[in-house]
Amino acid sequence: MRTVIGIDLGSTTTKAVVLGEDGRMLGRGITNTRSNYDVACAIARSEALIATRFALLREALARRAPDAARDDALLQSIARTFRLEQHLGQIAVLRTELAAVASGATWHTYGEALHACAAGLLDRIEAEAPAAFAGGAGLGSEFFRDLVGARWRVLAEPAGKAADIGFDWLMSCFDKAIVRVENRALDLSFERFAGPAIERFVRENPALAPGNATALRASATEAAAAAIDEWNQVGTGYGRSKLPFRREQIRSEILCHGLGAHRFFPGTRTVLDIGGQDTKAIQVDDQGIVTSFQMNDRCAAGCGRYLGYIADEMNVAVQELGPMASRATRSVKINSTCTVFAGAELRDRLALGQKREDVVAGLHRAIVLRAMSLLARSGGVKDEFTFTGGVARNQAAVAALRQLVSENYGARQLNISVDSIYTGAYGAALFALRDARAAAATPDPVAA
Amino acid sequence: MNDSIHKEPSMLRQKELIGGHYRKLARAKEAGLKSAYTFVPGNLTELLLAFDVLPVLPEINALQSAMRGKSAEYIAKAEKLGQSEDVCTYVKCDYGMMKSGNVGPTGERLPDPDLLLLSYTGCFTFLKWFELLREEYKAPTVMLHVPYQGDGAATREMRDYVVKQLRRVVIPALEKVTGKRYDEDRLRHILALSAQAEEDFVAVFRAARNRPSPIDAYFGGVYYIGPIFTAFRGTQAAVDYYRMLRAEVDARVAAGAGPLTPDGPMPREKYRLVVEGPPNWTSFHEFWRMFHEEGAVVVASTYTKVGGVYEDGFRHDPARPLESLAEYCLGCYTNHNLPARADRIARYVQDYEADGFLIHSVKSCDSFSAGQLVILRDVEQKTGRAGAFIESDLVDPRYFAASNVKNRLESYLQMIDQQRRGATACAR
Repeated sequence: MRTVIGIDLGSTTTKAVVLGEDGRMLGRGITNTRSNYDVACAIARSEALIATRFALLREALARRAPDAARDDALLQSIARTFRLEQHLGQIAVLRTELAAVASGATWHTYGEALHACAAGLLDRIEAEAPAAFAGGAGLGSEFFRDLVGARWRVLAEPAGKAADIGFDWLMSCFDKAIVRVENRALDLSFERFAGPAIERFVRENPALAPGNATALRASATEAAAAAIDEWNQVGTGYGRSKLPFRREQIRSEILCHGLGAHRFFPGTRTVLDIGGQDTKAIQVDDQGIVTSFQMNDRCAAGCGRYLGYIADEMNVAVQELGPMASRATRSVKINSTCTVFAGAELRDRLALGQKREDVVAGLHRAIVLRAMSLLARSGGVKDEFTFTGGVARNQAAVAALRQLVSENYGARQLNISVDSIYTGAYGAALFALRDARAAAATPDPVAA
Repeated sequence: MNDSIHKEPSMLRQKELIGGHYRKLARAKEAGLKSAYTFVPGNLTELLLAFDVLPVLPEINALQSAMRGKSAEYIAKAEKLGQSEDVCTYVKCDYGMMKSGNVGPTGERLPDPDLLLLSYTGCFTFLKWFELLREEYKAPTVMLHVPYQGDGAATREMRDYVVKQLRRVVIPALEKVTGKRYDEDRLRHILALSAQAEEDFVAVFRAARNRPSPIDAYFGGVYYIGPIFTAFRGTQAAVDYYRMLRAEVDARVAAGAGPLTPDGPMPREKYRLVVEGPPNWTSFHEFWRMFHEEGAVVVASTYTKVGGVYEDGFRHDPARPLESLAEYCLGCYTNHNLPARADRIARYVQDYEADGFLIHSVKSCDSFSAGQLVILRDVEQKTGRAGAFIESDLVDPRYFAASNVKNRLESYLQMIDQQRRGATACAR
């Protein structure tokens, strides 16, 4: 099958989207690796291709077992099992790296004890993994580092005490090893893990009809073997100049977000993207063509990283900030536009006895106020208004935005796609498709 | 500029002129020459030359220091001495230089001023800047108050008001400082030379209407305005320089050649832009490279008008010496109100057939940056072209985030591309 790929190399995460030649989104992938852009790009692409092969698996299954193919719960369960297999594969690599780190000269103080303690910790995390990936369990994050790191932090302290090893040693050991894992583009492909995942799924679901089990195995094999031709690719995002792409395969994220938002919601006229280190306010016409834009200059206060910093200050996961703010009964006014000063203001407010929820709600409002200024400078908020980027997943930020837009511009249709974080990569993929079709001199479905 | 790149004779001549002026300043005291510190907008170079007074231009010193990588230390010095982070960085760079021994951009000491001639033309910071200079040098200080064109035009009363100040304040001050009598015939002779240079100057910038444009009217333009806006207007050297420059530009037009850049001739003209606002001086070549790598040529700019607007027909007039000096001061771009600035930019976009326009806004310049977004919207409405807005600074290297600026510029140019494609698709 012929596909195009769009890759968005952001400052916090790297995203990839695969489209079929009919413009249908087949797969998307994301990584938060802080390694170099080449590795990030390879991982995101690999993840998007895995999702693409899952789409192929479903199509193949539809021919063999139509009822099973229509069973969303079943397919989601298989996808989770696949993730578990990947996760276990990554743990195996982490185990090797931990052993190598623990054997290093710096760690001789603890010698074998550290080695054994680290291995024991990983044994526990590995043992917990099937339950964590089981249906209904909330993983908290989709990223390996976050998942393993969160458990390591919890388990390391008592384990260290028992073994008379300092917590800092164990954390340092983990940090060194996880970086080594992240700096490599591991083979986490569908081709490698789909087979084991199907076998585990069949084993753990004895009620599955034998015919369906056979159909699943055959469909996975077929999907893994399918030839996926990469017709064209376009890169965007801050790291786009690092991509090994030709110049004409690179697009500004402004254009990509504009086009991606237009394709998600064709009525879009204004787009707000709050990314890791920049905020973009974009105006588009009825074809998704950018007519005006504004971005934050000189300072990245009020961008996604702001939330990350605040989460660190509060010692919570960044995903917990939105729900926490949603429980606020009032919004504490945060004046500072500087991320670090806002952190100081946060501590000051908490010391004065303000509720954490209310303070966090104020911080969300502060972010959105910054974005409102950019929106005003770009030409205001027109109907329809589409919010993209990672922060669009944060319900407290969305609520603050909804309120401030309503107060300043009146009623506006606010669109947020469940795939909002992929908007830039989606736009890039659409450009890739458009360019490929133009090169092949065939009609362009995107412009149509 | 890359030394291996071919340089046209006018480039070498321009460098000699500016360098020679700094050398002359360094030896002014021993040569018995007087100097006056004054500003580019509303400068009275001809009048100073009529008294054999050498002009020293603090904002030119600041930008020259920045281009030579010295502004960071001067700004740090000024901040150490109490100037806040938000103060105009021209002021801080100049103040820091002054407090570091007043060694000019070429490494030679500048003379202390014999006169501080404050030409006020729209920038209120100039007043405060000269207060600092007065405090430092205890030099006689006079102010030429040029009324702001708040209603979009200079009136006869405004002109007469400026002429009155020239007669009653500026000329007596120059007479006192130099011990020389005002010689109007000499001034007329100097003004005649100004007018000659101005004809060629206008022709050089007008040449950007050609396709491809033979010049970059912003990055290249700042070199072209050097002699006429600093110490050379009214000299035979300036007349010769602009004649030489015009001949070179005419030759490029005839050859269908684009502008010369620090990295060599520009291969192709893909975008024609108009730019409002001064350049960033600390990363001047990097900023320019971002344009020419994308095939973007600036065909008109407002910055090259801050020292005077000639394209509407104004010339210094020997027959009306003080009146034309007054009209010159009133007409410089910094003295124009917001609608007039927007009108001019819109006219540039149309007359020079530009694909778009870009505002380079300077955060530390309150008087000039205020209202630039209003201008942006106004010009967009007038021309139907989308504008771009980039912020950085004049001479503080901390405020030029290259990757961000590049990102915005690339995004803007790609937006123009996308709109072109969209227009083509619609036309089909």
